[in-house]
Amino acid sequence: MVGIVLVAHSAGLAAETAALARGIAGAEAPVAAAGGTEDGGLGTSVDLIERALASVDQGDGLVLIPDLGSSVLTARLLAEPGRVELADVPFVEGAIAAAVSAAAGAPLADVLAAAADAWTYRKVSGP
Amino acid sequence: MDTVLDTAFFVAWFEDAAKVIRLRREDLTRLDAAIGDADHGVNLDRGFTEVRKALADWPPASPVQVLVSAGTTLIRRVGGASGPLYGSAFRQMGKALEEPVTLARFAGAFEAGVVAVERLGKAAPGDKTMLDALVPASRALAQAVHEGLEPREAFERAARAAEEGTQATIPMRARKGRASYLGERSVGHEDPGAASSALIVASLVTVAGGMPDGMTDDVADGADGAGG
Repeated sequence: MVGIVLVAHSAGLAAETAALARGIAGAEAPVAAAGGTEDGGLGTSVDLIERALASVDQGDGLVLIPDLGSSVLTARLLAEPGRVELADVPFVEGAIAAAVSAAAGAPLADVLAAAADAWTYRKVSGP
Repeated sequence: MDTVLDTAFFVAWFEDAAKVIRLRREDLTRLDAAIGDADHGVNLDRGFTEVRKALADWPPASPVQVLVSAGTTLIRRVGGASGPLYGSAFRQMGKALEEPVTLARFAGAFEAGVVAVERLGKAAPGDKTMLDALVPASRALAQAVHEGLEPREAFERAARAAEEGTQATIPMRARKGRASYLGERSVGHEDPGAASSALIVASLVTVAGGMPDGMTDDVADGADGAGG
C-alpha cells in the first residue's frame, strides 16, 4: 500500500488528522503523522518527517501532505519524483481521500488523484 | 591575479553571520512579531548555532563542503520557513561553486543560491521576502565582477544593495508567507527575512575586510590556502 505522511506545524494537528483518516479509511491504512518540531514546538522537522516516511514505507510509494508554509517548503525538498510525491491538496480532506484510496490498494498515481479530487468537494453549493 | 576565497573564508562567513544573528536576534524577532509569528530571530539563531557546531565537529575541506554542510544543517535544524529557504540557497550555492573560488565564481554560485530560493518559495522580488534583499545583492555582485572589483569592495556593494532592498520592503504589501494573510496591514513593516538576508550578506564585508594579505593568492598557482 502507498504510505501517507501528514506534515503539519502542530504535533496535535498531524496526529489527530492521521487518526481521523485511519478512522475513516480503516485501521490498516498506512498513515503517519509528522507534526511540529522535535522539541514539541510549532514548526517542521526533517527528522520527524523522515521517521514517519520510514514507518509507512511498504515499497509502493509515499505521499507527503503538508499543511502550509515551512511544511510545504520542507516537503518539497524531501520529494523524490516517483517514490515520494508531494500532494498539493487541502490538508484534512486530502488526507482522508488519500488514506481511503491507499487502503483500497490503489497505486501511487491514483492515490494522488484521489487526494487532488479533494479540491472539488463543496460543503454547501453543489458543483 | 585574482583573490581566492578559501575554506577559511567561508567558515569565517558563517561564524560571523552566526555572531551577528545572535546579536540581532531580538531585532529580527521584533520585526517578525509585527507581521509574522515572532520566531525568525530565535529560529535563525538556533540554525546558525547548529551550523557553527557542525563546522567545528566535521571540519570542511573545501568551500563547497562548508556551503553544503551549512545548508543541510539549516534545513534540518531551523523548523521554520527560513530553514528550507536559506538551507536550499547555501546547498545550491555549494553545488554551483567551482574551486578555487574567485569573486566571479562566488557571484555565479550566489546567483544559483538565490534562484533556488525563488524556485522553492515560488516568490519574486516585490513580494516582500528575503528575495528583495538577495536579488539586488546578487545583481550588485555580478556588476562588481564586471567592473573587475576586489572582493571587499564587491561585498560592500552587495551589502549596500541588500540593505536598500530591505528598506524597500517597508512600503510593500506581502504576497508570500504568513504576512500575506494581513493584506494591506503588512504595509509599513520591514520584512524580517530581507533583514536577516542583509545581515548575512554584510558578514561577507566583515570577513573580507579581515582577510590578511597572505590569503591573496594567484589562482594560476592553484593555491587554496585552506585553513580548515
